[in-house]
Amino acid sequence: MVSLRGVAKAFKSGTLALDDVNLDIRDGEFLTLLGPSGCGKSTVLRIVAGLMDNTAGEVRWRGQPSLGFVFQEPTLAPWSDVFDNVWLPLRLKGVSRADSQDRVAEALANVGLTGFEHAYPRELSGGMKMRVSIARALVTRPAVLLMDEPFAALDEITRAKLNDDLLHLQAALGATIVFVTHSVYESVFLSTRICIMAPRPGRVVAELKIDPQVARDEDFRLGPYYAERAREASAALHDAMNGAKCA
Amino acid sequence: MSREHVEDYLFPALMLIIAIAAWELFVRLDHVPSFELPAPSEIIVTLVHDWPTLFDSLLVTLTTTCEALLVATLGGVLLALAFHMWRPLERAFFPFAVVMQVTPVISIAPLLLVYLSSSAAVLVCAFLVAFFPILSNTALGLASADHNLIDLFELYGAKSWQQLWLLRLPSALPYFLGGLRIGGGLSLIGAIVAEIAAGSAGSGSGLAYRIVESGFRLNIPRMFAALFLISLTGILIFLFFTGVSWLMLHRWHDSMRTRER
Repeated sequence: MVSLRGVAKAFKSGTLALDDVNLDIRDGEFLTLLGPSGCGKSTVLRIVAGLMDNTAGEVRWRGQPSLGFVFQEPTLAPWSDVFDNVWLPLRLKGVSRADSQDRVAEALANVGLTGFEHAYPRELSGGMKMRVSIARALVTRPAVLLMDEPFAALDEITRAKLNDDLLHLQAALGATIVFVTHSVYESVFLSTRICIMAPRPGRVVAELKIDPQVARDEDFRLGPYYAERAREASAALHDAMNGAKCA
Repeated sequence: MSREHVEDYLFPALMLIIAIAAWELFVRLDHVPSFELPAPSEIIVTLVHDWPTLFDSLLVTLTTTCEALLVATLGGVLLALAFHMWRPLERAFFPFAVVMQVTPVISIAPLLLVYLSSSAAVLVCAFLVAFFPILSNTALGLASADHNLIDLFELYGAKSWQQLWLLRLPSALPYFLGGLRIGGGLSLIGAIVAEIAAGSAGSGSGLAYRIVESGFRLNIPRMFAALFLISLTGILIFLFFTGVSWLMLHRWHDSMRTRER
């Protein structure tokens, strides 16, 4: 769906944030970029989204780029209610409020927030704000959903709940998701494929596949298959850190 | 009404009554002559007796203040928008704005009175002091939009007018309203300062002119009455903009949040 070939990013300061990143985003997969802070995971995501220009290599989309983006923070407009926040992407494309009703309702239903249309962000909990943010990313029915450590600021319980809901959502919509995290456990629980990144310069150093057929439920979280994959991912992450200079 | 709520209003009101009563008692028991310090009761009598004159003056000062504030608001917001859209303009104009701000208005007033009619000079003085806080607050607000939201707008290909209307202006609103609250009070101060500088030389008949005039005539009760009206005007301007801020922000802005403990 999206291919990155030899993508590099050098900042004006001279820091090489990414070097020779090769990555394919495949239809319907849940791909996680896993790595320590500062390894360029977010940079990859921003380059795919077109929010940042790569200084070398190429990013090729199959067909028109179509994406939703979920930031680390909910990033809602505090002066708008939930409906207006979710409507925003359509509104910017010129779709009227009346014509957006069904799509917004559908997006809110997807994240379990039906009935909260007229609440303001400050009246919502952290988890609910993040749900609104996800609904906003879904409202344009994007081919790829890019998520940049979306649950990092949430408590463990809310995070686990949102992880479950995100998987159900993906199954229901058949969405392709690229997810950035520095949590080994989150990545193993969610993904069908994990790309491990190393810092200085940021690059993909290892790949781990997780059987998409295995049901992701509480048994999975406590079972040996999960533990084994988590161990592998941790080891790969450890190697990535040691291989990196001055990490 | 809860007990705390009653106390919130009771104590300040009680304090005020005690202060005024002490004042009244002091003047009466000590036989202070009214050209030195008039009793509150005498000020009230003067206020009622001189009401036609004082009310006319109040209207003059209030009109000047409102006109100056209106021009300062329009000018400040438009210039902040121009600064925002074209950065070199900000660099070119900001020194002027700063010079205007740091030069005490009382020192410019005599010069303005040379160039302009006294009523125009008063208006310009009030404008000058109200303009800067509105300009700088609005400019700061326009620059303070959430960076992730800017990214989001860019992601969905927002046009620049959409970014301005749906993102920059709402982000700037709390800052602008803060500037307006400061500017409203300053605009009154500017008008009063200029009226005093114009003094008897001008044809002005604002409240500050009444103060100067009463001073010359040693009509101290009237001086106090005019002073009272000026304070009252300032308080009303402040309350008005606080109310406007509340109306526009209370649903979403943290500054309007009452925190539970």
